[in-house]
Amino acid sequence: MWINLSALWKIVVFGLIAGAGLPAIFAGGLYALSWGPRTGKLATAGADAGDDSDVLVGGNVLGMVLAAIAFLIVLAAIGWGIYEVYQIGHPPVKK
Amino acid sequence: MLVLVVITALCFDFTNGFHDTGNAMATSIATGALGPRTAVAISGVLNFVGAFLSLAVAATIANGLVDTKVVTLTVVAAGLAGGIIWNLVTWLFGIPSSSSHALIGGVIGSVIAASGGSAVLWKGLVSKVVLPAVFSPIIAALVAAVGTYLLYRISRSMTEGARKHGFRIGQIGSACMVSLAHGTNDAQKTMGVITLALIANGTLAAKSNAPIWVIVCCAIAISLGTYIGGWRVIRTLGKGLVEIESPQGMAAESASAAIILLSSSFGYSLSTTHVATGSIIGTGLGKKGAEVRWNVAGRMATAWIFTLPSAALVGAGAEALAHGIGGTLGVVVDLILLAALAGFIYYRSRGSKVDHNNVNAEWTGGVAPSEPAEPVAA
Repeated sequence: MWINLSALWKIVVFGLIAGAGLPAIFAGGLYALSWGPRTGKLATAGADAGDDSDVLVGGNVLGMVLAAIAFLIVLAAIGWGIYEVYQIGHPPVKK
Repeated sequence: MLVLVVITALCFDFTNGFHDTGNAMATSIATGALGPRTAVAISGVLNFVGAFLSLAVAATIANGLVDTKVVTLTVVAAGLAGGIIWNLVTWLFGIPSSSSHALIGGVIGSVIAASGGSAVLWKGLVSKVVLPAVFSPIIAALVAAVGTYLLYRISRSMTEGARKHGFRIGQIGSACMVSLAHGTNDAQKTMGVITLALIANGTLAAKSNAPIWVIVCCAIAISLGTYIGGWRVIRTLGKGLVEIESPQGMAAESASAAIILLSSSFGYSLSTTHVATGSIIGTGLGKKGAEVRWNVAGRMATAWIFTLPSAALVGAGAEALAHGIGGTLGVVVDLILLAALAGFIYYRSRGSKVDHNNVNAEWTGGVAPSEPAEPVAA
């Protein structure tokens, strides 16, 4: 076989999960983190001041907890991924 | 003579380093997530680490592409020369081209010049090099486009400033991953070539794995090259293709990192350049209203198509020359020519200098990086 189809599919699927999914979870974490009064967007509808703020943490407790979970998932996935790459890349040497 | 070949290989690794820095860091430098010099320093360190992470690609290069019985040191040296020349020329023009293909092209050309086409394991070449090269940018573009779309969708109710701030942090993480991934894929290539040389020399048995000292030297060479920082290429990737914002930068680098790491695990020697470029273009497609400068992309695609054959031609030429002169002297002549050419190219590049000061200057329409007339403090 000139094309390793199973490898190809794995790369597409895992690529999507890791390459698009993980950033999405990260984005979700950022979004949850932004809940709360401190990020300015909820405060004054119609005022411009909120848009320039680059404060990330809104202060909402639930938001922060969800964000922490999201970020932990991302970090864990990355750690696991690196571990896997190492495992696959260092096959046991046949003596 | 083995020493000469190894040194040449490490030189190639060095050019590979600065050619590919952009793949990991261009988007972060372009959006300001990382300062230029910090970016290349981090990239250098992570490339070093990544080089140790996976040995799969080195194995492919050393054993899967050419019949090791016909490989001589002269052949390897000539192949490397081909790869180095191509890398330098494309660097001068700021074209992100595949160092991987430059190397493979050079070696293939040199092998064909030495022993004819039957010495090349065409099936291995196609299935582990050419096809991944064609598919990977497409997959990367797909993943990056999806990622970009998702990122913008999920963060749509955040303020502009917060979004930029948050994703800049994300960009740092994803750029680090790409540097790591690059180490696993690209440093491996040179290790594979050096292993090939060692096998050819009889120092190692066929189908061996790369020895530790090879791994360490290649890791150092590539991270040094990365740190020197190919600013010209960084500029093209970061500014010339798509005007990038932070979410796009993160999406692009995450897509690249994922695909490179996955492919390294399968032993596919990818072009990290092709993947990174595909990702960047993908982010242009995933965001409504983003502009992709297709003429720049077109110029790159042309360079890519020419990479394998051109490097092969130079490799073949170098091999013919070295073989004609014979023995160690032949290789030395090749290397002197190589050094002279390298010096000339470097001299030409000083006329239109791009460095960490003007890498982020406005893209003024022309493709060549000589556009930044006055250095703009980034």
